[in-house]
Amino acid sequence: MSPILIIEQLLNGLQFGVMLFLMAAGLTLIFGVMGLINLAHGSLYMVGAFAAAAVAAATGSFFLALAASLAAAAAAGVVIEVFVIRRLYRAAHLDQVLATFALILIFAEGARWVFGSFPLYFDVPPMLSGPIMLPGGVQYPLYRLALIGVGLAVGCGLWWLTARTRIGIQIRAGANDREMIAALGVDISRLYTVVFALGAALAGFAGALVGAIQSVEVGMGDPVLIMAFVVVVIGGIGSIKGAFIGAILVGLTDRLGGIFLPEVFKLFMEPGAATQTGSALASMAIYILMGVVLVWRPSGLFGARA
Amino acid sequence: MIKKLLLSAAIALVGTAAASDVKVGMITTLSGGGAGLGIDVRDGFMLAITQAGRSDIEVIIEDDQRKPDIAVQLSDKMIQSERVDVMTGIIWSNLAMAVVPASTAQGVFYLSPNAGPSALAGRGCHENYFNVAWQNDALHEAAGAYANQASFEKSFILAPNYPAGKDALTGYKRLFDGDLAGEIYTKLGQTDYAAEIAQIRASGADSVFFFLPGGMGISFLKQYAASGVDIPLVGPAFSFDQGILGAVGDAALGVVNTSQWNKDIDNPTNAAFVASFTETYGRLPSLYASQGFDTANLLISAIDVAHPDDADAFRAALMAADFDSTRGDFAFGSNRHPVQNIYAREVVKEGDLVTNRILSVTLENHGDVYAADCTR
Amino acid sequence: MIPERFITFAVPAGLFIIAILAFWTDEPFTITLTTRVAILGLAAVGLNIALGIGGLVSLGHAAFFGLGGYAMGILAYHAQTYSPLTLGPLVIEGTKSMPVIWIVAVVTSALAALAIGVLSLRTSGVYFIMITLAFGQMLYYFSVSWSAYGGEDGLSIYLRNEFPGINTLVPIQFFGLCFVLLCLALVLQARLRGSSFGLALNAARQAPARVETVGLNPVRLKLLAFVISGAITGLAGALYADLNRFVSPSMFSWHLSGELIVLIIIGGVGRLVGPVIGAALFVALEHWLGGLTEYWHIGLGAILLGIVLFSRGGVIGFLTGKAGPNV
Repeated sequence: MSPILIIEQLLNGLQFGVMLFLMAAGLTLIFGVMGLINLAHGSLYMVGAFAAAAVAAATGSFFLALAASLAAAAAAGVVIEVFVIRRLYRAAHLDQVLATFALILIFAEGARWVFGSFPLYFDVPPMLSGPIMLPGGVQYPLYRLALIGVGLAVGCGLWWLTARTRIGIQIRAGANDREMIAALGVDISRLYTVVFALGAALAGFAGALVGAIQSVEVGMGDPVLIMAFVVVVIGGIGSIKGAFIGAILVGLTDRLGGIFLPEVFKLFMEPGAATQTGSALASMAIYILMGVVLVWRPSGLFGARA
Repeated sequence: MIKKLLLSAAIALVGTAAASDVKVGMITTLSGGGAGLGIDVRDGFMLAITQAGRSDIEVIIEDDQRKPDIAVQLSDKMIQSERVDVMTGIIWSNLAMAVVPASTAQGVFYLSPNAGPSALAGRGCHENYFNVAWQNDALHEAAGAYANQASFEKSFILAPNYPAGKDALTGYKRLFDGDLAGEIYTKLGQTDYAAEIAQIRASGADSVFFFLPGGMGISFLKQYAASGVDIPLVGPAFSFDQGILGAVGDAALGVVNTSQWNKDIDNPTNAAFVASFTETYGRLPSLYASQGFDTANLLISAIDVAHPDDADAFRAALMAADFDSTRGDFAFGSNRHPVQNIYAREVVKEGDLVTNRILSVTLENHGDVYAADCTR
Repeated sequence: MIPERFITFAVPAGLFIIAILAFWTDEPFTITLTTRVAILGLAAVGLNIALGIGGLVSLGHAAFFGLGGYAMGILAYHAQTYSPLTLGPLVIEGTKSMPVIWIVAVVTSALAALAIGVLSLRTSGVYFIMITLAFGQMLYYFSVSWSAYGGEDGLSIYLRNEFPGINTLVPIQFFGLCFVLLCLALVLQARLRGSSFGLALNAARQAPARVETVGLNPVRLKLLAFVISGAITGLAGALYADLNRFVSPSMFSWHLSGELIVLIIIGGVGRLVGPVIGAALFVALEHWLGGLTEYWHIGLGAILLGIVLFSRGGVIGFLTGKAGPNV
């Protein structure tokens, strides 16, 4: 285990964490403000990736593709908010689970219907491709470094939006007391649409950014959705800060666990068995982390209420 | 009483009419993740049936959604309710393990167009189970043999942490003479390989063998190309079929992969197959499509000799493998799995199209190690 | 409007009659389908105890379904290969006997439900949904990477397990077995609902503070409901594995957890036979729509949306003209 390898893995964990944050931020906002559990958030991630791949194929421009992912996911968000989600704010969580589960089925098969069953081609732009030499002799893909930068920037932007702007005040107020801000004359239904579209756009953006280095295919949102849930549970529902710290924790645990657990087991087991036991445990590591956090703080690290 | 007689007469009539026809049940993956493979097998299979103009072969196609429980349910339906004679179509080894033993135990013939788990090639083999594609280890063994031919001495090997992944690494190690620089099992369905690529970079290997089917391979190849690591890659064809290359693009160029088929294998059957498949479906065939096509032609050749109801004769006709394969020479080993050439292919660009070209024959007339354990 | 009491008796009777008709007309596959309905119904009846009476929206019940399945798979595998299972000093012989397998499945899933419940019930509402989902996924990943019992490939059991006096390989006899268990679970649920435990649980869902003031612990009530619920779903898992003669990690998949909830909602939340109606419709839809188009999930999704948006109370709510209890 050289120090260079460890630094590289830390960067990988960080990069994965900030992408999870983009997903988790939307989930936690939507839940915090509207009290809605949205299983279809992973579908919006997929919508973003598919839109980006389609636009990149048509225009050849990576940045147009990113813009398309934001627009398409936000538009999909508005459509489902207006036609489905809006009717569910007062409904039980159970109805929300079922309706958004139905949306997953519709989005997944719809995407397959439109784009076919084969994965789509979508790649990083030439100016961001290839590795870069960091101080200390660490060679690291430039694109991943850019992802970390973008993730941190979005995080700062969200913090500024919620802490410093008028709409941010409304969002925070909406999370605390819905009736009151409606009584103060804020158009609550428009606020909800905006928040939902924002969350959707973040998910779609993450899908497009990650889609460039992974495969763009139906069902790509499911595993990310569940990890984002873990992040939200750890960070505390409704808290952007919690989502950020939770996401980094989960990202680091997942990446470092996959590398170091097998090494740890090799200290007292024969290598083949150690690799297998280590990998099996590593695949459960983030859930164990979640369990530990729950025992310690049932409403998450920064959750106001359970 | 009269009614009953009429009824039984009608049943007898239907019975005789049906006796000359052969009913084939195809259960394959047509929706959800991995549907591309099932669609290719189905299209290749149906192309052969259509070209032969055989109206006496009725094919019933069902979608297993890649779920073992659905596959089992469909196979029950086909055997109990449709009363099929022959079954085929399954793509994934875990689904094959759920369906094949139960089907052959109920007296149905099973022709596998893809999955070839070791459990069904050795002690668990069955006289009515024929594999027309490969035993799962074959392409991985060929990759090991290729690594020797390319005089690689230190390989880094990785595969997902599930049985087929373990078989892959075992298969590679079986024929590879060099040392291992590292051996990793990744999470099934993993899409980010940054951590593994960092380990590869640090390992000092002179070659990397990987088995990452479907979307996993796409992600790995794109990320590997972006990482700046330039250690040569070797893998089985599953990460390099035509559907995947379209999504990976230039990132796959130059990678060597092993396959029992490629579109430039030089024989008239193959040339006609590639041309007619491309014309009919508007895309290039993959190896899965070729396997579906070969499976159907094997079936037709056997039906020309005997009806499946005459099980012994039908089985002997299958065993003879008297059909023109897209792979050229094709024969079954004693455990009814293929004995065939395995090639090394290189990913190249033909115009704008990223595709494969044959480099050399890696293993000639290659069977599998499990045949010795098969006593049925 | 049809009284609910009538539906409660008519639905199981209808299922039984379909199976008998299929037997007379020699349609073994229809019997297999009705068996599937009975087993999925049983699993959903289990979930309905937590969800319908206790108000616990568990999106991780596939965990218990899968554990039940693996209890069957592991025991039968060791019996099939004549190799005892050694756990340290403990040596367990495999078995092909259904009653023994059922007991093991019920106990295992009850213990797992206890562990998961203790952790998850520290929270409530949407946290609970996400946490149960996450624990289900944890078991899924574990089963995928646990190679001793086939990992992703799963385990094939070549012959169905045995029940004294019954030939389980005959479809109608195996259906009978599953049907009896389903009816027993329904009776248990009806008894539970009328018992003081059921009433307290119902109160704990609606007004936990009041329950506490009369000296009951709402968390403990819910935990007990969750354990009973997990145990029944685990039993269904063992039967499902026997129906398919196969277990694999897909029994742990979160889509299955989602589908169990779907079954309950189609039928009507908190209704005694709601899950059975849901299971029957689900299996029928799967066959009818699946036969029409490869893209049948779109149709299924649209129907589910329609039920949530326009018909609160599911099929039973529609038939009786009364909305179900609010969860």
